[in-house]
Amino acid sequence: MSDVKKFMYLNRRAPYGTIYAWESLEVVLIGAAFDQEVSLMFVDDGVFQLVKGSDTSESDMKNFTPTYRTLGDYGVRHMYVDKTSLEAHGLTQDDLIEVAWEDWESEEEVDNIVEVLDSEELAEKLGESDVVFSF
Amino acid sequence: MADLYTVNKSPFEKNSLENAIRFSGEGASVLLIEDGVYGAMAGTAVSDLVASATGRKFHVLRADLKARGISEDRLIDGVELVDYAGFVDLVVSHDKVQAWL
Amino acid sequence: MPIEANGKVFETDEEGYLANINEWEPAVAEAMSKEDDLDLTDEHWDIINFLREYYEEYQIAPAVRVLTKAVGKKLGKDKGNSKYLYGLFPYGPGKQACRYAGLPKPTGCV
Repeated sequence: MSDVKKFMYLNRRAPYGTIYAWESLEVVLIGAAFDQEVSLMFVDDGVFQLVKGSDTSESDMKNFTPTYRTLGDYGVRHMYVDKTSLEAHGLTQDDLIEVAWEDWESEEEVDNIVEVLDSEELAEKLGESDVVFSF
Repeated sequence: MADLYTVNKSPFEKNSLENAIRFSGEGASVLLIEDGVYGAMAGTAVSDLVASATGRKFHVLRADLKARGISEDRLIDGVELVDYAGFVDLVVSHDKVQAWL
Repeated sequence: MPIEANGKVFETDEEGYLANINEWEPAVAEAMSKEDDLDLTDEHWDIINFLREYYEEYQIAPAVRVLTKAVGKKLGKDKGNSKYLYGLFPYGPGKQACRYAGLPKPTGCV
C-alpha cells in the first residue's frame, strides 16, 4: 500500500500526574485501526511512562502501565527510548517494561520492541517520520 | 514552628522543587507528591537538589511513588516515606502549608 | 439501568456496562444475556473468560480486531474470525461480549 504513512508519537511527559501520557496512549490505541506504520518515542519525563512495577492500589488511579505491553498487538512496531533522558532520570533498560510484537500472518516475532537509542539515531527516526504527534 | 512546602511537579520539567527549597527556611519540611516524587530519587540529574539541601526535612507520599513504579530503595538517604495519614500529620504539625505548583 | 443477578443489584452505566468491574460474577453475564434472549454456551464463555484475562493483564478492553487475532491464536484459527465471533455475539463481540464480561466498552468503540 503506497499511502501508508509513518506516524511517530513523541511522548515527553511523566505518567499519572497529568493526562498527557494516557491521552497519547488512547490515541495510539484508536489510531491503530487505520493501518499506518506507528512508532512511539519516549524523551525527557516520557521515559517514566515505561517504568515497570506501577501499583496504583493506594492512589485510586487507573494503572495504565500494563496497557503499553499490548501495543505490539495493536500493530505498534517500534518504541524508542532516549538514552540521554534515561540516564538523566537514573534509569536503565532493566527498569522498563518489555513489549512483544508478532506478525499474525508470517508468525515473525520480536520479544521486545522497546529500544534505547542515542540522540543521533532518534533524530534520524524523527526525520524519517511523515507525521510527528507530540504529547 | 515552620511551614510545610508541598511540591507536585516533576523537577526535570519545572523549577518548583528548586525554588521551594530556596525559599524554605531552616527547619522547614518539604513534602513531595504527584510528579514531585521524582525529586526524591537517587542517581538522577536533579538528585542534588534534595541531597544537598541542609536543615530541611524531606518527605515523599508513598501512594504516588508506588503508582510511578519507583521502589523505596531508590530514595535519596534521609527522605522519609509517608502515607495519607502521615500527610495529615505533617499538615497539622506545621504553621501552614505552602503549595509550590 | 441497574441489573439484578444472584439476588444482588449491580450498578451499570447508561449503556448497560457494569459500573465496577470488580463486582463482576458469572451471574452478571447470565442476567445480561437473558435480557438479550441469548443462551450462553461454552463457546460464549470461552470468549468472556478470554476477555477477562486480557483485561486483567492489560487493563483495557481489546479492540475487535485485536480480540479476533488473539482469539485465533489462543482458541484456534477457526474461531479467530469475525464471522464466528458475530455468530456468537450478534450485537458485536467488542460491545456485547465485553459488556457480559463486566469490562468497559472497548477504547475507540462508538
